[in-house]
Amino acid sequence: MNDPLQSVKQRDVDKLVATEQFQALIKKKKNFIISTSIFFFVFYFSLPIMTSFTDYLNYSISGALTFAWVFAFAQFVMTWVLCSLYTKKAKQFDQLVAEIKSSSVDKEEESA
Amino acid sequence: MNYTAFGLFLLIILATLVITYYAARRTKTTSEFYTAGSSLTGWQNGLAIAGDYMSAASFLGIAGMIALTGFDGFFYSIGFLVAYLVVLYIVAEPIRNLGKYTMADMIAARFDEKKVRGVAALNSVAISIVYMIAQLVGAGALIKLLLNLEYSTAVLIVGVLMTIYVVFGGMTATSWVQIIKAVLLMAGTLLISLIVFAKFDFSLLKMFAHMKTATPLGEAFLNPGNKFNNGWDTLSLNLGLVLGTAGLPHILIRFFTVRDAQTARSSVVYATWIIGIFYLMTIFLGFGAAAFVGTDTIKQANEAGNMAAPLLAQALGGDFLFAFIAAVAFATILAVVAGLVLSAASAFAHDFYSHIIRRGNVTEQQQMKAAKWASVGVAIISVVLALFAQKLNVAFLVGLAFAVAASSNLPVIIYTILWRRFNTTGAIWGMLVGLFSSLILVCMSPNIWSTEPGKAILVGTPLISLTNPGIISIPLGFLAAYLGTIFSAKQDDPKFNQVLVQVHLGNVDQKESSV
Repeated sequence: MNDPLQSVKQRDVDKLVATEQFQALIKKKKNFIISTSIFFFVFYFSLPIMTSFTDYLNYSISGALTFAWVFAFAQFVMTWVLCSLYTKKAKQFDQLVAEIKSSSVDKEEESA
Repeated sequence: MNYTAFGLFLLIILATLVITYYAARRTKTTSEFYTAGSSLTGWQNGLAIAGDYMSAASFLGIAGMIALTGFDGFFYSIGFLVAYLVVLYIVAEPIRNLGKYTMADMIAARFDEKKVRGVAALNSVAISIVYMIAQLVGAGALIKLLLNLEYSTAVLIVGVLMTIYVVFGGMTATSWVQIIKAVLLMAGTLLISLIVFAKFDFSLLKMFAHMKTATPLGEAFLNPGNKFNNGWDTLSLNLGLVLGTAGLPHILIRFFTVRDAQTARSSVVYATWIIGIFYLMTIFLGFGAAAFVGTDTIKQANEAGNMAAPLLAQALGGDFLFAFIAAVAFATILAVVAGLVLSAASAFAHDFYSHIIRRGNVTEQQQMKAAKWASVGVAIISVVLALFAQKLNVAFLVGLAFAVAASSNLPVIIYTILWRRFNTTGAIWGMLVGLFSSLILVCMSPNIWSTEPGKAILVGTPLISLTNPGIISIPLGFLAAYLGTIFSAKQDDPKFNQVLVQVHLGNVDQKESSV
């Protein structure tokens, strides 16, 4: 397989990293990952914090089913939703990666 | 003795040996040995990750904890699952793109100093062996209960089997043992859950209402606080659970078995669905055991509740279902320990031997030989340690492995891919402080010390009340890596761009060398 990046040397690496496209990719990824990570950490730790230091979650929602259990089940839903969301987002990132790879090939051909 | 159980155990041994026989014919090169030639599909690796991860501790341990303490046992289920978001978002794709065979490869992609690789390899070995002792001691006790075999015989059987899988079949055999185990475990758990749920007319509310009066805890059974009554310790446990998975070497090496970052990503997604469904079902296992077996009977069989799931199977489906679930537990143990042998052996053979001792001047044949002997060595060390640990309460070792992984590996993995200023000194500080602070904190904790003889390993007053070191050791790991970097002048900046390109666009060197 002929990978367009095989011939990329240190100097070209620096150039590639400096390109607007590459910087945009990193920024998009970081924004998405950091904001969702903060969200799931807060969501996740709310449960043990509330069960450890308060009794609010012991109230019933319906019969013997309390808020604590519903919040616990919500952790599973949250995980699956964020998993699917990431898969979708990552496809956009893949698109950007493909664009960067094809444009770095173009440049090599120009300089050759 | 239950002859059906004995028969099913033999069937599992036979099936895994057949797998190993076929895998051995496809295990000729180091790449095939360590990574199954990176040939697994997303589905296959997803199942294998699940099989690698869902240990007997979670299958038997969580079912027992929920049966005996209600809500608190479920904390483990939640933490073990949510941890996969950290794996998916932060480590899976970068490690696939940066590494080759081991976790240390990933750090060495940026810092090629031998010291960094050595410390990273030391971490992998420490975590894998600590985790393995917990699994082997549990396995010995379980097989003793299920088949009436001597503890030492049981540990030796498991030890010999795991060595055969890894030495002859490498990653291919290990992966397929894990895949089959995942399927068996899901099938067994689903079956029991459906039977339990049917007894409550498939009504969640009816099941919860029944649990209010089913145990000696009464209504408190459904509320948090029966097991964990120290708030900071609960938070510490949760922190270790959610951050630890992303630093466990035997999970990380699974990402080398697929060909690229996209497949690594999809395998985590498959794994997360499987693992999530499994941990959700632990409620049925736990509630079912509490309702249909009863607290007294569970405690009589095993004080920690480890027999809850097999006893529930017996209560619901008689000897055959009991035998089936016992066999599933056996397969579970085999799959997990095989993965652990492989991760510790790869750190010894690939990192210490090939890179540090031989400085990379080593032939393919020598590497294979080293990998196989390292596997044998790791297995022998673990079995010997497990034999000595028979009488000790080692359940805390799983938590310790998670805490070490979260405190020593995760900070360095994150800084390596995100922080330009990060350098070798920071990496070494972070890993050593993370490792030793977790170990020292546990040595001072109630896991080791208790004023009641027999309750912990030594008699005396614990110096700290935390049983889980995470809440202190994880911030310390991050802090040490940060301070080590700030207080040393050394810059490794130039390589960071290379790392960025590899992380985000894919690894190019590896494609060349694996051809």
